[in-house]
Amino acid sequence: MVEQQAAILRPETLLDEFKKNNVTHVITIPDSETNYLYELMLKQDWLDVVPISREGEASATALGLAVAGKVPVVLIQNTGMMESGDSIRGMALDAGFPMVFVVGYRGWTRRGVIRDSAAKYTEPFLNAFGLDYYFVENNSDGDRITTAFEQAISTNRPVVVLIGDEYHGFNR
Amino acid sequence: MIHADDVFRAFEEHRGKAIVTTSGVAGRKWPQTSNNPERDVSLGSAMGQTTSAAFGLALGLPDEKIVLFDSEGALLMNLGVLASIAGKQPKNFVHFLLDNEVYATTGGQPVPNNTNIDYAGMAKAIGYPTTHHFDNLEDLVNDMEAIMNEEGPVFISIKIIPEIENAPMALRTNTPSRPRPQTIKELRAELGIS
Repeated sequence: MVEQQAAILRPETLLDEFKKNNVTHVITIPDSETNYLYELMLKQDWLDVVPISREGEASATALGLAVAGKVPVVLIQNTGMMESGDSIRGMALDAGFPMVFVVGYRGWTRRGVIRDSAAKYTEPFLNAFGLDYYFVENNSDGDRITTAFEQAISTNRPVVVLIGDEYHGFNR
Repeated sequence: MIHADDVFRAFEEHRGKAIVTTSGVAGRKWPQTSNNPERDVSLGSAMGQTTSAAFGLALGLPDEKIVLFDSEGALLMNLGVLASIAGKQPKNFVHFLLDNEVYATTGGQPVPNNTNIDYAGMAKAIGYPTTHHFDNLEDLVNDMEAIMNEEGPVFISIKIIPEIENAPMALRTNTPSRPRPQTIKELRAELGIS
């Protein structure tokens, strides 16, 4: 039981990391795996949740907020990230602003064979774009989100946090 | 239909201190009319995404009026952004759409269903509280001051005369313009953002 709880990534962990890093806006498309996080974010008076219609909008909306001096985070799924290639290129990689993308790693599993093509292509996609990334699987990995922020700020580039807890615990 | 230059001149009279960004071929002519380049910012660099960047800017600067001169080809690539904007209702956002019915930068091929789309009707239906449509200059000039005093998000579609670029890219003589990083840097300095 204790081991099982330790393996869980709680949405509160992400929220704590966002607050610690002075995040002002979360640009997101809710998905079924992150619904509890979404509801939790809506309750925070220090955080503005910006729902978008398609993931391609995320990088550009984040850029506008960053230009305005805000601290946006993009919260999307790996499928949407891959759909957003040109936006990530033009509005994040070429923009010269720190941006952190928190990306749900749909289909990833530590056990057995990864069969979901969304998971198969996620890391090759990141590598092709030259995007550095950190893997967060449970609560003890949470401080890697701060590491991602620190790297994004020091390099003025986007950095990705892959959330590898898609199917157990993240949605509580 | 209206010349884009005339649209810009009608707007500039009532611009005040609004921050302006543009997309599309017509938008490239805005710097020739602008009297406040420190408050002009280039946000484009991905297909159809200037609209989203302007939306983000409006959310981040709620005390500034943000004006976007969008183009219909760009908007069609990112149509869902209208719902995103309507969902957040930024009161400081004025969204002009310069509709020339074609992809002017690639030789003037028509955008899908080019003469039959009611963009203002679309924006109204998706949740913009105030929308307008103009196809003659006199009406636009008469209404511009009132539009700029309306609470956003406001959507204004305007039929403009296409100015088609048909030369190979390497042979085009583009109007000199400040690069995106410079416009962003100068805007942030103007606003005191470090």
